[in-house]
Amino acid sequence: MAMAIIRPKTMRRRLPSWVSPSFVIGGAVVLFWLFATLFPHWLSAFSPLDLAGRRLQPPSPDHLLGTDALGRDVFARTVYGARQSLPIAVLVVISAVLIGTAAGAIAGYRGGFVGAAIMRLVDITLSFPAILLAMAVAASLGPGLGNAAIAMVVVWWPIYARLVRAQVLEVREREHVEAAVAAGASDFRILTKHILPLCWTPVLISATMDLGQVILLGASLSFIGLGARPPTPEWGAMISDGTVYFYNWWIAFGAGMAILTIVLGFNFIGDGLRDYFDPRSSK
Amino acid sequence: MLNYIMRRAVAMPFILLGIVTLAFLLTTITKGDPLTAIVSERQMNNPEIVAAAKARWGLDRSLPERYVIYVANLVTGDMGTSFVTRRPVSRDIAARLPATLELVIAAMAIGSTTGILLGLLAAYYRDSVIDQTARLFSLFGSSVPIFWLGLALLFVFSVHYHLLPGPGRLDARLTPPPSLTGFMVVDTLLAGNPAAFKDALLHLILPSLVLGWTVAGSISRIVRANMLEIMEREFILTARAKGAGELRVVFRHALRNILVPVLTVLGYTFAYLITGAVLTEAVFGWPGIGSYAVIAARSLDFPAIIGVTIVGGMMFLITNLLTDIAYVFANPRVRLN
Repeated sequence: MAMAIIRPKTMRRRLPSWVSPSFVIGGAVVLFWLFATLFPHWLSAFSPLDLAGRRLQPPSPDHLLGTDALGRDVFARTVYGARQSLPIAVLVVISAVLIGTAAGAIAGYRGGFVGAAIMRLVDITLSFPAILLAMAVAASLGPGLGNAAIAMVVVWWPIYARLVRAQVLEVREREHVEAAVAAGASDFRILTKHILPLCWTPVLISATMDLGQVILLGASLSFIGLGARPPTPEWGAMISDGTVYFYNWWIAFGAGMAILTIVLGFNFIGDGLRDYFDPRSSK
Repeated sequence: MLNYIMRRAVAMPFILLGIVTLAFLLTTITKGDPLTAIVSERQMNNPEIVAAAKARWGLDRSLPERYVIYVANLVTGDMGTSFVTRRPVSRDIAARLPATLELVIAAMAIGSTTGILLGLLAAYYRDSVIDQTARLFSLFGSSVPIFWLGLALLFVFSVHYHLLPGPGRLDARLTPPPSLTGFMVVDTLLAGNPAAFKDALLHLILPSLVLGWTVAGSISRIVRANMLEIMEREFILTARAKGAGELRVVFRHALRNILVPVLTVLGYTFAYLITGAVLTEAVFGWPGIGSYAVIAARSLDFPAIIGVTIVGGMMFLITNLLTDIAYVFANPRVRLN
């Protein structure tokens, strides 16, 4: 939900309509973490894996966020952590969108037995608390970031299946689809050329926000011990280290702030996108 | 109405079967070998021990066979035996469920009160500083990793300022009261032990605050959006014209009319609370089913994992049903046909 800011008229003329404060703030934060993903060595002089100094040092100008129990630089580990979380979140969301769109499109366009079966599977999957299902799948696949990612796709695709199905059901009734049917277009062509292109807006908004939520869930799985394996610099695992070295608060601080800012960032962008595509929803 | 509840009740077993099947399949059709959780690495080389363990835990049977046995046992309330605790999973879960419910109910109380009040304020003082603060507060709640927030609050309030107790449900020096309801706060009161009651209550504050915060945000957003709509209706104008005070207008006239959407989000929130409870319990050493699930997942204790997953799904289904029933009371126009 957006801040309803009444812009002065002069500003409204100068800025394109998608430039809202939330979009700019969110974009800046996400760009920073994208930069950290691509060029972490520009942000931190230390390696995330090697000994950087005395162990458990509090933050100092040398080590901005101190050092952890193995003498590694926490700031370096925080920056390099983006390399784990961000690409995996993108991969998970893209996979979930692809699977969910395919399933939702079939269920919405074809209906029938297959459609009903897909939607029952969606209902059942969504009736588990997300983390329990993800934990069950991740545990049975064995710990590791890749398996945690698979577990998250299993949990996430039904959300898009439901979303896309609802869209397809609506678009399918429009006249241009009828025209395409009359012209003898194949089902596949109708779906991909005439229906799905009109369904992508809510999917895009939802996917943007879900990037943040997937990062949260992935970090949660790592925190529990089902995601990244040591010594991988991963945010959830770093916070888990922080619970062991309770009195050395800085070990978990950077990772916590990293997750918080990146999830906030994606939420802001999602808000901005929604205001742009659907101005009525902002109150 | 009764008819509707009956139909839902009849559909329940089928949905439950779906839940059980999915939980069973997802945890068994994988490369993970449950034997590694039972037999030590050295004994793995001894075919006799491996065969005996397989026979003991029914792992020598085919997957369909195991599935049928599992479902048949489940009907009688038997969820198998935990690899780790070597006790029946159903008994483990029953022993730990009250702790989770206590936490979730406290969090729900905190989250919904804060959320509703904040939403009302944000809508009433729309676009003001209050509104923006409420927005930030709710965004923070839905974006912060709950396990980190818990850790940070523990550090500040327990370690640094000694204002609140650390992890757990009761100070280790106190004798726990006899478990009647399983709710520590209630049991200490029933046992007539005010010192323990105070301690149990203090232990509950931080975890329920952390968990409540994560849901207060989504509740406040829904309340705000619906209030904005309602406050522009004519009956509000009428109420004001008749000289009703602003408090009366908001609480008696407007709030009643947003009960249905608020109930929906409260029901939906509950599922989210279970998810959050898993992580909160892990941070606060809270002996509920959430921390049980974490221990089970870490040690590949499959009977326990499947059991907790099924119970989580069931809790969600039951909440949905209760939410639907609550609609009818909130809005007599809903006839549920």
